[in-house]
Amino acid sequence: MLFFLVVLAKALFILAVGVAALAPIITWIERKQSAVMQDRIGANRADIGGVTVIGLFHPIADVLKLLTKEDVVPRGANRALHMMAPVISAVPAIAAFAVIPFGGVYELAGGDLTLVASDADWGLLYILAIGSLATYGGVIAGWSSNSNWALLGGMRCTAQMISYEVTMGLSLVGVFMVFGTLKLTDMGVAQDSILWIFGVPLPNWGIFLQPLGFLLFLTCVMAENKRPPFDLPEAESELVAGYFTEYSGMRFGLFYMSEFIEVIVISALVTAIFLGGWSIPYLPTEVIIGTVGGWFGEGAGTIICMLLHVATFFLKVLFMIWVQMLIRWSFPRFRYDQVMSLCWKGILPLSIANIFATALVMLLRGSV
Amino acid sequence: MEVSALLFYAFASLALISAVAMVAFVRHAVAGVLSLTVTMVSLAGIFVLLEAHLVAAIQIMVYAGAILVLILFVIMLLNLREDDFGRVRPGRATLKLAGSVLAVCAFALLVQQLRDVMPAQGPAAEALPAGFGGYRAMGIALYTDYVVPVETVGLLLLAAIVGAVILAKRRID
Repeated sequence: MLFFLVVLAKALFILAVGVAALAPIITWIERKQSAVMQDRIGANRADIGGVTVIGLFHPIADVLKLLTKEDVVPRGANRALHMMAPVISAVPAIAAFAVIPFGGVYELAGGDLTLVASDADWGLLYILAIGSLATYGGVIAGWSSNSNWALLGGMRCTAQMISYEVTMGLSLVGVFMVFGTLKLTDMGVAQDSILWIFGVPLPNWGIFLQPLGFLLFLTCVMAENKRPPFDLPEAESELVAGYFTEYSGMRFGLFYMSEFIEVIVISALVTAIFLGGWSIPYLPTEVIIGTVGGWFGEGAGTIICMLLHVATFFLKVLFMIWVQMLIRWSFPRFRYDQVMSLCWKGILPLSIANIFATALVMLLRGSV
Repeated sequence: MEVSALLFYAFASLALISAVAMVAFVRHAVAGVLSLTVTMVSLAGIFVLLEAHLVAAIQIMVYAGAILVLILFVIMLLNLREDDFGRVRPGRATLKLAGSVLAVCAFALLVQQLRDVMPAQGPAAEALPAGFGGYRAMGIALYTDYVVPVETVGLLLLAAIVGAVILAKRRID
């Protein structure tokens, strides 16, 4: 019973912070980021009694607008599937949070507390599997709308997501090999140390161990996310709004939201695998607990360390969100053949080469 | 009842219902594919309950995430609608009879095989070896004891891919 309650509390925490709090804020970040990059002021009009708080009320206004709009189902559409599609596209994004650790393992009150909802041994495999189900939302939306724009968007969505799924898995194999595990908490622990490269101390992060793997993985997940420059399934200048052309009201909002939730999932994943997870660079957990514990006692030291780690994790997540916004507002959309050739002729050979190079280095260093 | 038993019955009934629905939706190609997807995902749930995590993940990634999406893609590409299937012709009585007999025989064979495999009493609760069904144990088994079959299958798939490319290319040229 206690175990169940603890898991529930952890799941509620990650969903409250990761989905309920961050997702609306991202819509604001996106507007402000585009405004800064295009030399505009950006969202600043929504106010409550004259108070605007630099436009932070805009997400509330958005939700109210979407909730009160009419929910239209087009004539000739497959009604049941049309209504289900937004939910199907949101579920995989939210389910991925189950295995993402937002903190390490702490000894508290005689027991171990691991800050992840499900500390599965096959965590990354689970994420890849759940991620592969994300295709369905777009495909079903495209097919069930009975609209040619939507159908074309749905087909582009299928082709793009299937292609990039392959390379996404392959680009991670190097990381599996280096850390020797698929468990995200173990990866976090492994990254909480120092890596010496030619006499320079670096944090033992995935991005330093697998720089090429990091670039390839980031490209693949951004393509899976279907946001610019990979927004071919949406492509508002050619396909109106692609697979969700025929959606309105909160169902449209759900597609919108699931894209933003995916941005958070990507940031959290990249943080956990490549950016050291919750760890603070050059400050290993034992040092923090030892020092702070010396001032306030062992228990308080552990709790302070835990809070610091959770804060560090979400700071890194915010940084990755900002990086994605930067990419989104910097690059124009690819042409369709460019997206496909980038995947099959660029990323696929490079990720296989990365696996070989990693294996060779590990063999030569004798770490196998 | 235990939670795992409850989950097993939930997944098993979901798999069965959607498998039957897949056959019933014979004129709704897309709905049929989607019910097959639900079957695959429920089977993956049963694999997880059996501690076969790697198989569960592969089940979802390969079947639900790739093969069925490709089938869906083809159906959408052909843009099949209900009336494209025409009127379903009533089968001849002899065919129906032959089909039923075959189905009963196949079911009897299945039951007999399962009775041979499964002990009459429930299996004694034996602790599984550490890492059973995980990617480590599977990987070691695949690349030591079963390395020849794995490589053979790989070669077979490669041949299939090359063949598909050649066939497609001939049409373009």
